[in-house]
Amino acid sequence: MSVLAAIRPDEWNFPLFLHVLGAMILVGATLTAASALAFARGNPQLVRLGYWTLLVVGLPSYVLMWAAAHWIYSKEGLDGSGIDSAWATIGFVVAEGGAVLFVASLILGGIGVRRLGDGKGAGLLKATMVISLVLLAAYVVAVWAMAGKPD
Amino acid sequence: MSLDDWILALHVLSAFAFVAGTIVFWVLIVAVRKTDTPEGTIRMEPVVKVGNAATGIGAGGTIVFGIWLAISLDAYQVWDGWVIAAIVLWAISLATGQRTGVAYMQGMTKAQGLQTSGQTGPSAELLALNRTSNGVLLHFATTVAVLLILIDMIWKPGA
Repeated sequence: MSVLAAIRPDEWNFPLFLHVLGAMILVGATLTAASALAFARGNPQLVRLGYWTLLVVGLPSYVLMWAAAHWIYSKEGLDGSGIDSAWATIGFVVAEGGAVLFVASLILGGIGVRRLGDGKGAGLLKATMVISLVLLAAYVVAVWAMAGKPD
Repeated sequence: MSLDDWILALHVLSAFAFVAGTIVFWVLIVAVRKTDTPEGTIRMEPVVKVGNAATGIGAGGTIVFGIWLAISLDAYQVWDGWVIAAIVLWAISLATGQRTGVAYMQGMTKAQGLQTSGQTGPSAELLALNRTSNGVLLHFATTVAVLLILIDMIWKPGA
């Protein structure tokens, strides 16, 4: 599988570039958000920074990563067939399952940020931080699998 | 997975850390543009440290594991044009990134000085330092270099 990946046709390069770029920005946005929320200790400035980074940087980059992944899959003619490799399975599980967690973190964080003015929302924002850390760990596993391509 | 597969995985993970660090600093650059108080500026410091760690681990890992792969894999050589281009771009990104840090640390140092002297209110001088256009340009240059490395790694011109 590594050899197949190494000799991919040139026309896959652009969607692969978009996929990797989107994934890299997503990891950066998640790292920034998790850090800001972890170090905020109730400070509204850092809490808002963490949440808005997830929303404004993380969400578009997730869409780019996901759309480009499906573009590559369709170019390979695999979108009608099952996933037959461990690394692609890990990638899809993290992308699709991660999307659910990502949206959950945006909803919880959004409500938490809205409640900040009333002195509430700390628990929701802590949940957003924990989800961001879980997603970050999952992204590391996905990147390892996509690059190393275990059987 | 072979040893080379593991090294490739670590190389790519390092690249992700490198870009993640770049994103952390873009977010901080935008955030600090509205920050005119010492407390608000100093509060960013832990996130700056996360960005520094990601960039440092990423920069070190990409070059070490990248050169390892170029030596280990028969298909590639360290003196291939696209590999040399990546090394040059990596060095440029490091140089501009280091200067970006110097530009933005002026604001952090000023904020710490103001807080030490008991001036906790808004400061126009601090805001001006936090809005350094030199810092933005340098980080833009770093980002362009990193983007070109990614393009170089995917298209591998001449390989």
